[in-house]
Amino acid sequence: MTWQALVFLIFSVITLGGGLLVVTTRNLFHAALYLMLSLFGVAGLFVLLTAPFLAGVEVVVYIGAIAILIIFAIMLTPQVTQVINLRGTQWIAALVAAVLFFLMLASVLTPVAEELGVDDWSAGFTQDDPAGVPANTLTDLGESLVDTDRYVLPFEVASVLLMAALIGAALMVRPEDPGPRRPESAPVVEPDAGQATTGGD
Amino acid sequence: MTDVLLDIGFSHDLAVLIAKLVGVIIVASFGLVWTLFGIWLERKLAGRFQDRLGPNRIGPFGVLQSFPDAVKILLKEDIIPTGADKWVFNIAPVLSVFSVMLAWVVVPFAVGWTGSDLSIGVLYLVAVGSLGEIAVLMAGWSSNNKFALLGAFRGVAQLISYEIPMVLALLVPVLLSGSMSLQGIVQQQHIMYLFAVPMTALIFFISSMAEMGRAPFDLLEAESELVAGYMTEYSGMKFGMFYVGEFLHAFTFSVLAAIFFLGGWKGPFAEDVPLLGLVYLIVKAMFAYFAMMWIRMTFPRVRIDQMLVFNWKFLVPLSLGNLLVVAFLWKLVPGTDAIASFGDALLPTLVLLVANLLMAVGVLAALRGEGQRERERVQARLVAVDPAVTAGSGD
Repeated sequence: MTWQALVFLIFSVITLGGGLLVVTTRNLFHAALYLMLSLFGVAGLFVLLTAPFLAGVEVVVYIGAIAILIIFAIMLTPQVTQVINLRGTQWIAALVAAVLFFLMLASVLTPVAEELGVDDWSAGFTQDDPAGVPANTLTDLGESLVDTDRYVLPFEVASVLLMAALIGAALMVRPEDPGPRRPESAPVVEPDAGQATTGGD
Repeated sequence: MTDVLLDIGFSHDLAVLIAKLVGVIIVASFGLVWTLFGIWLERKLAGRFQDRLGPNRIGPFGVLQSFPDAVKILLKEDIIPTGADKWVFNIAPVLSVFSVMLAWVVVPFAVGWTGSDLSIGVLYLVAVGSLGEIAVLMAGWSSNNKFALLGAFRGVAQLISYEIPMVLALLVPVLLSGSMSLQGIVQQQHIMYLFAVPMTALIFFISSMAEMGRAPFDLLEAESELVAGYMTEYSGMKFGMFYVGEFLHAFTFSVLAAIFFLGGWKGPFAEDVPLLGLVYLIVKAMFAYFAMMWIRMTFPRVRIDQMLVFNWKFLVPLSLGNLLVVAFLWKLVPGTDAIASFGDALLPTLVLLVANLLMAVGVLAALRGEGQRERERVQARLVAVDPAVTAGSGD
């Protein structure tokens, strides 16, 4: 057991435990907080995989933006915060879904592992340096996103798509028919403000 | 340090672990010890700004005032309100301090003096900063108090909004230095970035003041409207932790402003004597901090709609345009990809400075026009309500 393995175990417990608590807790607000914990564990795993950029993005995007939006939605709808009838007879469906998802993951990951030449899954727990990772992945990642031979097209397409979504969201929250601009409510002005100085105080 | 421990006879792993732990403790306590002094300084300065004396009883010039205050706040009764969400309520203040302390990990104190020189330093700062928002939300929600909840809503709306211009402003030093590591950014500043991109520095300054929730952006805890915002229900040391967190947040941001725009530890002989670098950094940070105090003590609080409109309709477009202009010019000016000395940096700095001045003139002209139109609109409304109010008397 190496240090990496120990840290890996800690972050795995955080991730999986957090995920389990998300679906079992009855308090929606707590569920959102556990979701953050779980995502934090995932960020830790990214650090362990020497992918610090992904870890940072994970925290900024998922914890800093998405989870906060979820919490915002929960706080604005207090009547759904306490879910009474959560664990009914759905556990069979949950079990089936979990098994199916596991099978799907295994069928995707096994060919990938074979392609990479990983034959011993527990190797990472006994070796000190499980795999040679390029030192500066950050520069490479940044350059590949703007390189015309690599990912510049998908990157730009994704940007345009997000921009369209942004504009669409802004349009949707506009009033249906703004019509002619309502005259802004006039400030209350005392009719005899000018003569008020003659008052008896 | 590791070598000394190895000599005593520790195993390699243990020696590294102990050395790192000591490093963590030093970096973490630097901020906290500074807080004791900084709170005194802040109260003294605030007193001077408001024509008072400030703390002056304990120690010379009241410099030890923070110690009795800390003891007092520790001895206060710790109250957890009925109906509060106990766990969340207790974790929130810890998270508030924690998120600020984490930022100190990447701060370059001097040549080679960094907790950990992460290659993603700037992104890390943004990520850590977002943890503070969660602390505000948790505190507001768990207190079971309407004022606290309202404060948290306002707080998060403000923190999320102002994060955008702040990140866009942070991108400019990253762009100029070609590095996301804070040491790298400091090392590339042969001329302070304040001279090259003053507008970016100003955007960062404004948005970081909103991020730390201090006047004129202290809507999170507007005492005349919300009692104390999200920390209304907190007492004793938990309130103290929010207080320390807020103070440390302000100081951390002034240190970051010094690093990104004032050249960090750079100065004469700082390369050879690291301690001198630390002194330079603190002097520069205090300069930024003083400017923040100045603004905080002078300006009234903005309204919530003004705060949001100012951000989304002015600051965000401005910082986007600013980023585009800087990136374009940086590509246009020759020799910007290999700046190694003061001489190399001179031409790009001058070009950027002129561009910034032109932009500033344009923005000021646009603002002036907008202000004039707004004034005419108000005047027209006043006249429409009461014709007796004629032009010139409607203030």
